[in-house]
Amino acid sequence: MANKLTHLKELESESVYVLREVAAQFERPAILFSGGKDSIVVTHLAYKAFYPAKIPFPLVHIDTGHNFQETLDYRDALVQKLGVRLIVGSVQESIDTGRVKEEKGYNASRNRLQTTTLLDTIEKYKFDACIGGARRDEEKARAKERFFSHRDEFGQWNPKNQRPELWNIFNGKKNMGEHFRVFPISNWTEMDVWQYIYQEQIELPSIYFTHERRCFFRDGQWLAAEPCMKLKPDEEVVTQRVRCRTIGDISCTGLTLSEAHSLEEIIGEIAATRVTERGGRADDKRSETSMEDRKKEGYF
Amino acid sequence: MNTKGYLDMELLRFTTAGSVDDGKSTLIGRLLYDSKSIFEDQLEAVEEASRSRGNEEVNLALLTDGLRAEREQGITIDVAYRYFATPKRKFIIADTPGHIQYTRNMVTGASTADLAIILIDARNGVVEQTVRHTYIAVLLNIPHITVCVNKMDLIGFSEDQFEAIRKKYLEVLRKIGAHAEVNFIPISAKYGDNVVKDSDRIPWYRGGTLMHLLETVPIGHKSGEEGDPMRLPVQYVIRPISDKFPDYRGYAGRLASGALHIGERVRLLPSGLESHVKAIYQAEKAMESAFAPASVSVLLTDDIDISRGDFMVSVGQAQPQVSQSLQMMCCWFNEQEMQLNKRYLIRNTVSETVGVVKSVDYRVDINTLEHLEGVTSLKMNDIAQVTLRLAQPMVFDRYVENRTTGSVIFIDPDSFETVGAGMIVDG
Ligand SMILES: Nc1nc2c(ncn2[C@@H]2O[C@H](COP(=O)(O)OP(=O)(O)O)[C@@H](O)[C@H]2O)c(=O)[nH]1
Repeated sequence: MANKLTHLKELESESVYVLREVAAQFERPAILFSGGKDSIVVTHLAYKAFYPAKIPFPLVHIDTGHNFQETLDYRDALVQKLGVRLIVGSVQESIDTGRVKEEKGYNASRNRLQTTTLLDTIEKYKFDACIGGARRDEEKARAKERFFSHRDEFGQWNPKNQRPELWNIFNGKKNMGEHFRVFPISNWTEMDVWQYIYQEQIELPSIYFTHERRCFFRDGQWLAAEPCMKLKPDEEVVTQRVRCRTIGDISCTGLTLSEAHSLEEIIGEIAATRVTERGGRADDKRSETSMEDRKKEGYF
Repeated sequence: MNTKGYLDMELLRFTTAGSVDDGKSTLIGRLLYDSKSIFEDQLEAVEEASRSRGNEEVNLALLTDGLRAEREQGITIDVAYRYFATPKRKFIIADTPGHIQYTRNMVTGASTADLAIILIDARNGVVEQTVRHTYIAVLLNIPHITVCVNKMDLIGFSEDQFEAIRKKYLEVLRKIGAHAEVNFIPISAKYGDNVVKDSDRIPWYRGGTLMHLLETVPIGHKSGEEGDPMRLPVQYVIRPISDKFPDYRGYAGRLASGALHIGERVRLLPSGLESHVKAIYQAEKAMESAFAPASVSVLLTDDIDISRGDFMVSVGQAQPQVSQSLQMMCCWFNEQEMQLNKRYLIRNTVSETVGVVKSVDYRVDINTLEHLEGVTSLKMNDIAQVTLRLAQPMVFDRYVENRTTGSVIFIDPDSFETVGAGMIVDG
């Protein structure tokens, strides 16, 4: 008899294993919840890993203050449903207290500022492991990331000093002040994530599906014309039917022209597209190695 | 779009090994490119980078080049993971460098691989590094080895030379004492011959392309066959203590091998206590049985004391060993040398104990395969058979029988770094 797991089952099993290792090896873990589909999947996997107990970690949301309202509504409903604690770290507060300085100009983004708020939040709550939804297929600098990624006491990632990870043995031991980022869905691709959402019928924020939105076009992509976005004189606001492929801060969430109403339709569109999802994120375009630079500083 | 088909795919993990410049990056780039796994923006970025370095053609190798420091040095220096899928399978590549001081990276990449691609430059044939890479693939017990003889275009697609390389390689395998299944494919990564597309320039070769092999090679070895001994290392105990589930005690873990069934009599090791399986859950879904590598939560009929690190096995099957002394093949990973009689933390699946290395039985020169005796410490990238003494008994299988329950890592108790890897030979 051939007992074979499908690749989605095998990936799920691996991620559940990683999440249980976090619960067993750390004292104060937390899930970094961005409202993006990847962190939604991680939260769903955590629900499955510990059922019928509640997820033994709080959700931490670093709120840039420039979030889609739909993301915030979804977050609050999810926390309610799961009965877990929500901790919000506010970038606006970091700006107000002078911890960081708001970027200026048309391409100003609060994405980079998040790093400070995140590290402050980790420090305040003494988190020793922060679980994120990053995947190795997203970006070149992430291809070498470990499941258990060691950070020094300044929250920095040193690509030269990462612990080797063999088989499925994870070493989460650390000195005072150090902490870990843990990436349970490291081995998933964008397609796996969508297929899994479909297989598990996971609810998503409505903006992942097609809707009418006021947008403008900049640097090869559509962006939302929200009050926090400063338009150049020649940029024109038009109403388009769009969906989000990945959700972050409004300033760097590229919108895809789409008519996809259902998960099947989204999967069909993705199978046909020829651009990576990060291709729709303005923050990665700044330089060839921008993601790597932000990682070293302590970005997710 | 056939959603059903995609949901049914299997996963193959493979690793690639070759010396610098054998064409490993080009081969991976070719696999991704010809299987249409490269997105336009990635390709544009690579075209841009190729142009800015004055390369005339698009350099496929740049697709897999990672961090900046490495890009500056022009070599890959760590394990990088790549993903692609065809309509038949999803693939994970552990891309490891061929550079001399990085044995540890290849060991790391090989630890989870179902298949190893060993790359040989057709002009150079079997070289010292080929021996080394093959030795590691065999040591890590990778079930399938595929030898790709690359740059066939540079030797005029010569069948004779290919055959000579094949013979030489088989000799190496014999010397290592390998039982892995081996395939040989003549390719040209740069031009795509026999990678994804058939080649009409190598008419004498009748085996399939590399991609065909990757899509069809059996991967049953990692699934939980009924006959395989059931192994469930208990990772975590789920205790909701809620009104709805007042007495629920779920023993959570990932099956390392075999299958588990409701009603089955199980034994917990090292305690030796026995009970029966009352229920198997994956979240709210109750199951009749489960098999490796599934993650499950198991309920037992008796209230016995079980905690993280305990091993659940089936009473009627071959039992794992329980011992306080271990003989293992060890690969050292750290700049700080391994010292005899120093205390290390030894972790096997999810359990951990203190251990000291009592002796180095022999070190292996992995270029010549010679056994060197009289060794008392190990340097980074050394491979040796060592004998360990543990503070507590460890439950394990021999590595050749079970890659999950037969492997350990060494953790330095001061720095907490992972400093070595071990494959258990015997108790
Ligand atoms: N003629 C020829 N050159 C190749 C072939 N494969 C790779 N190369 C070249 O060999 C050099 C080294 O390739 P690269 O992929 O960077 O090697 P790596 O160090 O193993 O990753 C590059 O100049 C490639 O273009 C091949 O099949 N034929």
